[in-house]
Order: sequence, then structure tokens, then C-alpha cells
Amino acid sequence: MAIFPPTKRVWWNEPVEKSEVLWIFIALIWALVMFFMMPYWHINGSQNLSNEAYRIRPEVFAKRTEEMAAKYKVGEEGDTGVPVVRPPAGSDVYMLGRLWEWWPVLELEKGQSYRLHLSSMDWMHGFSLQPENINLEIHPGYDMVLTVTPTSSGEFSVVCNEFCGIGHHTMVGKIHVVDK
Amino acid sequence: MSEHDSTHAGDGGSIPFMQKLLDSPFILLFIGVAMPTVIYIIWGVMEIVSIPVAP
Amino acid sequence: MAQFRTCPDTGFAIDLAADKLIKWNAVTAVVFLLVGGLFGILVALTRWPAVHLLDADLFYLALTAHGLDVLLVWIIFFEMALLYFTSSILLKTRLAAPWLGWVQYTLMLVGALITNVAVLQGESSVMFTSYVPMMAAPHFYLGVILFAVGALMGCVVFFSTLYIAKRDKTYEGSIPLVTFGAMTAAIIAVFTILAGAVILIPTFFWSLGFIGNIDTLMYRVIWWGLGHSSQQINVAAQIACWYAIAAILFGAKPLSEKVSRTAFLFYILFLQLASAHHILVDPGISSEWKIFNTSYALYLAVLGSMLHGLTVPGAVEAALRKKGYNRGLFEWLRKAPWGNPVFAGFALSVVLFGFLGGITGVMMGTEQLNIIIHNTLYVPGHFHGTVVVGTTLAFMAMAYWLVPVLWQKELVFPGLAKWQPYLFGLGMGLASIFMMGAGTLGVPRRHWDISFADAMMVHEFPAAAYMMMGLAGISGVIGGIGGGIFILNMVSTILFGKAKVPAPAAEEAPAAPIGGAATEYGSASTLEVPGTFVLALVFLTAFVLYYFVNWKYLASVWGMS
Ligand code: HEM
Ligand SMILES: [Cu+2]
Ligand SMILES: [Cu+2]
Repeated sequence: MAIFPPTKRVWWNEPVEKSEVLWIFIALIWALVMFFMMPYWHINGSQNLSNEAYRIRPEVFAKRTEEMAAKYKVGEEGDTGVPVVRPPAGSDVYMLGRLWEWWPVLELEKGQSYRLHLSSMDWMHGFSLQPENINLEIHPGYDMVLTVTPTSSGEFSVVCNEFCGIGHHTMVGKIHVVDK
Repeated sequence: MSEHDSTHAGDGGSIPFMQKLLDSPFILLFIGVAMPTVIYIIWGVMEIVSIPVAP
Repeated sequence: MAQFRTCPDTGFAIDLAADKLIKWNAVTAVVFLLVGGLFGILVALTRWPAVHLLDADLFYLALTAHGLDVLLVWIIFFEMALLYFTSSILLKTRLAAPWLGWVQYTLMLVGALITNVAVLQGESSVMFTSYVPMMAAPHFYLGVILFAVGALMGCVVFFSTLYIAKRDKTYEGSIPLVTFGAMTAAIIAVFTILAGAVILIPTFFWSLGFIGNIDTLMYRVIWWGLGHSSQQINVAAQIACWYAIAAILFGAKPLSEKVSRTAFLFYILFLQLASAHHILVDPGISSEWKIFNTSYALYLAVLGSMLHGLTVPGAVEAALRKKGYNRGLFEWLRKAPWGNPVFAGFALSVVLFGFLGGITGVMMGTEQLNIIIHNTLYVPGHFHGTVVVGTTLAFMAMAYWLVPVLWQKELVFPGLAKWQPYLFGLGMGLASIFMMGAGTLGVPRRHWDISFADAMMVHEFPAAAYMMMGLAGISGVIGGIGGGIFILNMVSTILFGKAKVPAPAAEEAPAAPIGGAATEYGSASTLEVPGTFVLALVFLTAFVLYYFVNWKYLASVWGMS
């Protein structure tokens, strides 16, 4: 019994029953399949994080974001006063998180790729693109870069899903994706 | 099952290496702490400190 | 000199010092389960959109307290009781350094109280993860540190007891498998606590103003060395309980010592690497690190779990077939003692842990798949499948045996005990499923208001998400009632239970007598377990399907590179 010491002094050499050996074999194969799915997806899949990132001071990131916003502003989001920005396809696009907003609102073209930069000005935030359900962890002091290609058009929300204090549940931003 | 039941000390030489390893709590403790410290923590910290500064 | 009493049920010689420490740790654990569970119900009632009970600040406070009290305090106090039980009592030795055991108990209790006070004062609603740079009051961190140091002392007592048992030759050959499982838990605990010290001590000094800044990425990587590994302590401890319960109820012998211990060795080597599950969508860390760590090095720890998944029910099947329940594939399962809470809790724990906790955990711990669930309510859904219907239920089952035996008292409400594992298991199991469902629809975790009533911009979640949240709330409350019944039964038994009649009435008493040496057998030919093998294949099929369904879902979202 498992609550007593093994009855045989040398238990390592006990034979293992056939179905148990078979199960070990099956489980090992499955483990390897799951392992190799990840590198496989890096080669053949279209949803991978680049892991490209830089250390950056929040002020510097904010400045770059504001410069982009000033240059490509096309309007404002409803009566919120938040600029809607439409940067050219293929360019560097910035969105910052701070207590408690995502800024600015972006307008992207479907099927085009953008180098999206994300960073926080203060605490940790969670970039949760809805209803796509793409979720990224946003740190202060780090510029996270990934190339995104919207494959569907419409209005998308960026919900904050990393707890960031009492206003956490009010932190929502927007990304519009327009057809060409 | 009787033929293997002798538990005299002194004939430990016939115990397989893996069984001896599994019977050594302190060796297991050492490798159980060293493995994640090296592979997870130290490697992870190296990854973080090697993140470049923004151009 | 240590004093012993002989347990009338099991014949074990019980060191009185160990006895006392086990009892105090177990009782304290249950009290914190009560406190944490009440906070859990408040949280569930708030996230149920139609009820939306607490205000935002109280909700975040209650959620912080819930996470700390159930995840840290309840579980780790109970694990301390298990460490002392599996070392001193199963090895028939005195507990090494009982005074250090009391240091463990006192530090953990004081630490838990300090942290709870900090949270209740309202300035430390930072969640149990306490990510910097959001700052809690200094005594929040201090309490957690004291608690962890206490737990480390418990591990020291455990390893010292293993040492003196071997030195004094209180057992022959190798330690029992259950003790080996507990040792696995203790090894993981040592790493866990060291990682915690490395990050929480600087954070404590930062909260006092002695350190200017703590890097957020560094914090998250090292903190999860604590946060996730502590969950792996639970897995190892819970599997040790499974083996113990199979042995206690049925005299079940492990199918193979070699396979089961090797599976635990995989845990010792690799399980802790999975702390990387939490870092998969963080910036700047290479995919090599992510893939190697998140897969526990080629999924070898998952292999370990799949082995336990076969050998635990397999041991039960072998034992029951030996008793004559040999017809067909599943007679042994049909005739199992489903009305005995020790068995019911055990069986539900094995099944629900595997299907709800295990499969989903491996799925979301896949580097790319994590993108579609990270920080959504899917995550709490997953870990209520592991730590609640897995670990907590296994510990409850263990307590149904341990408490009557240690206190020598009859359960006060045996009728309620029959139903309790089902109520708790199914309630929390459903809550877990509905939370996962809501998470799949994008609902964030730790979120007070998914209707965004006070927000400048609004996101509208689909109606199905609201329905899931409602159902999760209802099932959570049902599960919470199940948890309450367990606590009521344990506390009443300890306080008011009738003294046990020395020879327990065999089937009725939840504490079934140990079969003893009579049920041991060694011939491999008796160990065929076709029923378990079929169940394992069912499990594997569900696993494979669910895994690839999620890849398909991932393939439909925006391109990222
Ligand atoms: C009384 C039964 C319980 C109910 C109704 C319940 C319900 C919940 C709910 C609704 C959440 C909130 C999810 C969110 O908003 O993010 C939650 C979080 C959590 N629960 Fe439970 N739970 C219960 C028992 C437990 C137990 C026994 C454990 C552990 C052993 C546990 C561990 C946790 C943890 C660690 C969190 C996460 C806290 C955080 O995000 O900081 N729960 N629970
Ligand atoms: Cu936020
Ligand atoms: Cu937030």
C-alpha cells in the first residue's frame, strides 16, 4: 500500500504491466506533439508574438505617441475628446495605456500591416482586443512591438484586463478597422 | 514474492542507481531547486537584462 | 523523549507532538477556508451581473482577500498538516524538532493575520499578485514574508524528520509512496519560497521607501516563480492524498512503484518551470525561453501527470477487482462506495482535476494559445478547476478520514457528508466551466463592471457572456454552500462529536478501516486495469480535441508577427 514502504526491497526492477507501458508511450508521443506545435506555429502559423521590445522611458514613449497623433489625426471619438488617428499602412503605430484610458483611438485598414507599439505610462495594464480576444501584458518602461494585420473590419474595443486600481473597469479604448 | 523480501543492510550494492537516487531526499531537494533556478530564473533574468534600449 | 499513542483505527503509533501540530494546522486551515470562502461568495455575487452586490472598492478588497486566504492560507496550512502526517506518522517516527513546528505555525498565523489586517484596512487592494508599481501598505508584504518563512520552517521539520527516521531505521527500504509525494511537494515548496523571498523582500523595502524602483518585468518573472510553483506544491500534495486515500479505503497498492515515483521525479525536475505560463504575452522575452519553460521541458511534467492519472484510478481498479468486482470493464466503478465522502471527494477530485483543470491548463500554457485567453475570466475558470475541485476537494476527502481518526470522534452530520462532495464538486465545477466560457467570449478577470457603466467608451459583450456570468454566479454560490457544509461538519465534529467506539462499524463509517497487509499482492498478472485504460483513452481524446479546437480558434484571429 502506498502508505507503507514498498514490500520489495528492490522495486525498481519490478516489471511494469503492458497497458501501463502502452499508456506511457502514448502520453510521451502526445507530449512531443504538443511541444512541437509551438515551433511549428512559429514557422507556419500567422499568430505569433515577435518578442521585439525595448526599454523606454514613459515620457519618451508618450512623446512619440503624441507626435504620431498630431500628424495623422482625422477626427475625435464621439464627444470624448480623444483623437482618432489614421497612420499610413506599414508605419509605426503607437498606443499607450495610462490610468484609466488607452490613447489614442486608432483607425487601421483591413488587410494592411502595422508595427504596433504598446507601453504603459504608470502601472501594469492589460491590452485585451475585443471581440477578437487578443490579450497582451503591457508594462511601464517597455516598448512592446508587434506587427498586426487586421483581418476583419468594424469597431474593436481595447478593454483593460490587468487590474490597475479603482478605475480599472472604466479603462476602454477603441480601434476602428476600415475596408479600403 | 518471498524471494525478494530480505531487507538486510549491507547488500545495498544491488540496488539500482535510479532507486538509490529516488531514495535520497537531499539530492532530490538539490536538483529540484537548482533546475528551475537555472532554467527559469537565471535564464529569465538574463533575457530581461538583455532587452535593448529604444533607438 | 517523544511520547506516542496508538491509533485505534489504524494501529499507527502517533507522536503526540506531531498529533497536536497536525490538528492545529488543519483547524487553522479550515478557519481560513471559511473566511476566504465567504469572500469568494461575495465576489461571485458581485460578478453575477443581475446581483452586482459590492461596490467597486469593496469588490477589489474582497477579491484580494479571497485570493490570499484560500490560495495561500487555507492550502498551505493544510499542507503543513500533511507534511507532518506523511513524515512522522507514516514513517512511525517522532517529529524532528516540534518546537520548530510551532515556530512554523506561529509565523504563518501571525503573517496571515497581518496581511488580512492590511487588506481589510483598505489600502492594500492590490490582489494577491501585488504587481509593482501598484503599492500596498508595507505590512501587507511583511505578512506574506512571515507566512512564507513559517512555511519554510515546516519544510525544514519535514526533511529533518525524514532524516531521523532513516537514521533510526523506523522503516525498512524506501519511504512510502505517499511520503514520497509529500516530499515532492516539500521540494517544490522550498524553491517556491526562495523565489518569493528574492522578490518580496525587495518589494517590502520598496514599500518602505528604501528602494526607488522595482522593474515590472523582473517582478513578474520572479514573482511567478513563487505564484505558480505554489500551485505545483498543491498538485503534488493532492496526488499524494489520492494515493493515500486509495490505500486507506481499498488497501490499494500502487500499480508500479517505479512508474509512480518516476512520475513524481518528473515533477521535481520540471514542474516548476511552468511558472512561465504567466509570462507568455509579456514583452521582450524570447520564444525559446517561453517554449522551453512553459512546456516543462518537452511536457515531461505533463507526462508525469498523465501517468498519475492512470495509476491512481488503476490502483483502485486493481484493488477492487481483487475483491471480486471483476465483471466487465466497470463493475468495480459501479460498486465503489459512492456514498462515502472520502471516496466521493477523491473520485470527483481525480476526474474534475483532469478534465477541468489539467486539459485547460496545458492548453492555455501553450505559447501562442495563451494570447487568446490571457487575463480573461478563463484563467480563474481554469484554476477553480485545479485548486478548488482538484486540491481543495482532495483535501476535503482527506479530512473526512483524518479528522475522525485523529480526534477519535464520529462525524456529526454523516448524512450531509454524503452529499457534500457532490454539491461542492459540481457547484464549483460548473462555476469553473462558466467562467471559462465567459473568458472565451473575452470577459476580463478581476473586473467590477463588464457593462462599463461609468466608462468614457463602452464595449458591449455579447448576451451569452452575461448569461455565463449569471450561471457562474449561481453555481459559485451553490459550491460555496457545499464548502460551508464541509466546514460546519468539521468544526462540529471537532467541538461536539461523540467519542468514537473503538471498533468502527465497517461500511457506514466514513473512516473505513485500513485493509492492512491482507490486501497486498505482488503478481503483475493481477494488475490489469482495462477499465482505467479505457477511461484514460476517453480523457486523451477529450484532451486532443480540445487542444486542436483552440488552435483553430487562434488561427481565426488577426495576424500577428
Ligand atoms: C466558496 C467558493 C468559491 C467561490 C464562489 C469562488 C469564486 C470566485 C470568483 C467569482 C472569483 C473572481 C474571478 C475574477 O473576478 O477575476 C474568484 C477568484 C479566485 N479564487 Fe475563488 N471561489 C471559491 C473558492 C475558492 C477556493 C477554495 C480557492 C483556492 C483554493 C479559490 C481561489 C481563487 C483565486 C486564487 C482567485 C483569484 C483572485 C485574483 O484574481 O486575484 N477560490 N473566486
Ligand atoms: Cu488598466
Ligand atoms: Cu486595468
